[in-house]
Amino acid sequence: MSDTTPGTTPGDDGAVPAPRESAGPEVIGVRKGMFGARGGGDTSGYGGLVRTVALPGPSHRPYGSYFDEVADELEGALEEQGLLPSNAIEKTVVDRGELTFHIAREHLVRVASTLRDDPALRFELCTGVSGVHYPGDRGRELHAVYHLRSITHGRTVRLEVCAPDADPHVPSLVSVYPTNDWHEREAYDFFGLVFDGHPALTRIMMPDDWQGFPQRKDYPLGGIPVEYKGAQIPAPDQRRSYS
Amino acid sequence: MSTNHHAASRETTEGTVYTVTGGDWDEVVRSAAKADDERIVVNMGPQHPSTHGVLRLILEIDGETVTEARCGIGYLHTGIEKNLEFRNWTQGTTFVTRMDYLTPFFNETAYCLGVEKLLGITDQVPDRATVVRVLLMELNRLSSHLVCIATGGMELGATTIMIYGFRDRELILDIFELITGLRMNHAFIRPGGLAQDLPPGAVDQLRDFLKTMKKNLPEYDKLATGNPIFKARMQDVGYLDLTGCMALGATGPILRSAGLPHDLRKADPYCGYETYEFDVPTTETCDSYGRFLIRLEEMRQSLRIIEQCLDRLEPGPVMVADKKIAWPAQLALGPDGLGNSLDHIKNIMGTSMEALIHHFKLVTEGFRVPAGQAYAAVESPKGELGVHVVSDGGTRPYRVHFRDPSFTNLQAMAAMCEGGQVADVIVAVASIDPVMGGVDR
Repeated sequence: MSDTTPGTTPGDDGAVPAPRESAGPEVIGVRKGMFGARGGGDTSGYGGLVRTVALPGPSHRPYGSYFDEVADELEGALEEQGLLPSNAIEKTVVDRGELTFHIAREHLVRVASTLRDDPALRFELCTGVSGVHYPGDRGRELHAVYHLRSITHGRTVRLEVCAPDADPHVPSLVSVYPTNDWHEREAYDFFGLVFDGHPALTRIMMPDDWQGFPQRKDYPLGGIPVEYKGAQIPAPDQRRSYS
Repeated sequence: MSTNHHAASRETTEGTVYTVTGGDWDEVVRSAAKADDERIVVNMGPQHPSTHGVLRLILEIDGETVTEARCGIGYLHTGIEKNLEFRNWTQGTTFVTRMDYLTPFFNETAYCLGVEKLLGITDQVPDRATVVRVLLMELNRLSSHLVCIATGGMELGATTIMIYGFRDRELILDIFELITGLRMNHAFIRPGGLAQDLPPGAVDQLRDFLKTMKKNLPEYDKLATGNPIFKARMQDVGYLDLTGCMALGATGPILRSAGLPHDLRKADPYCGYETYEFDVPTTETCDSYGRFLIRLEEMRQSLRIIEQCLDRLEPGPVMVADKKIAWPAQLALGPDGLGNSLDHIKNIMGTSMEALIHHFKLVTEGFRVPAGQAYAAVESPKGELGVHVVSDGGTRPYRVHFRDPSFTNLQAMAAMCEGGQVADVIVAVASIDPVMGGVDR
């Protein structure tokens, strides 16, 4: 990703997640050109295309569906605990019929236990954590995404926290949702996200002495060219990708 | 211990050996327990016939009692999630179908539901495609449960159940082969619909299958449900109550064996499950036997759903109308196997330049999916199968994460086995029904 990525704050010392740009979609990168052709004599003009890649930005009330109720209850419950909701919840995104709370990482455990315990919320089931690596989201490269399900109320909600590459620490949710034990180990194994407070954060899929974190975007896929019907087919990560 | 008059002991290379010459048996047992010589760590697997594939169990046992149990996984990790990021969205189904290889249609459907949610075309998927998806998923639930019961029985030494299970599963695989061309790894469900329509004769074969299966299912009851040996091995083994299930995130038959009728088909319906009539069986036993009964009953319910699917099948398209997403070619059987239909080749090569360009673009480049993320979940035979799909607006998935129920449920192994007998570990693991392809991905 280029240094001129608009809408992102370059990580200075990278000690804390960079503050989120208020309003507007979250820019995670820039895409240039077309058809994936590079270095050839571009006669089409498409090579000059530049487009920013952005995830949906924050939503404004009313969110619709049961989302307003969940947001009200969560904000109310946090306030009761003396925590300013705007400090804990960085932004709320409603996209494609799903509700996402972006949580400041230092407040993750408090928010999760509130979501689990508050009778009006009761998100009893956590379906684990999914890591996502956005190298273009400067200062907030590593995201941990949790999906919570309330069996009582028949609702789902997504929590998202982020950490910079330079300080990949996120508090562990094992104390709130013990099921996250293996899930956090998996996210650590593949993304190098360090879950502080996890009882035994070790690799789970890769061998114990493995170097690097395979599902980060800068980690190569690897592979060798293969011959198919007389033609050499390059390794998957060497094939043309369409930008 | 040499002070014990009734049981003199001497040290050998094999450990302490007691010579019992009448007297207090309790005292002997006590001193044997004190000696702590029986505490050993057993490594079971990853290559072991009763660990369901390449699962490694590390058991610390004291005599016959398991004091600690741990899982070693990752032996079947194939990097599918990473690989997906280097293929286009349609090719994704070819990969995800290989995750939990016993539930390919669930993997494919969950993935496609996620992609369709990102594309915003959930409502445009034709009815026929959705009905066929439900039909295939329920058939798949049958085949998965059959394997679970079959292999579970085999691990107990009940080889007849194994033969019965695989016999009936074979009928289902024949249907899969008829419909998709393959017995496993189908890649038949695609973003937007299906790869192709049902072939002629499929519905008839399905009706025959329903008849056969209704005759065969009671055999499992006769063979196992009331069988005292079977019950003795299964009851109160692999105990996990509701609290344990919720804390460990266990779903599927494990959760329902603790009495909670949580089933995503009812709780958070997808593919129109709210319009089908079926029951969610539960037991209050929290044990392996309860899970066996639930699987058996779920198979009966699946037959009910399949019957309703067959009644609902109306002629119609099986792929969304949007030509920017729908795969351009209808497949046809040629002399060298299944491929693009000759009519389509004739059209793109002979008459329509635009159709050729369109075909080429869609097949080589694929379609773009608007940036964002989505979570889609289906009730697989093992529990909640969730897919977190992230797109950066490109022609390839940016990130796909599968929350495989086997992976999550396997965490409960320690809670189920510790304090129990070694032999019961096999039963407990079998009742979790982990498939390592799904656990390790």
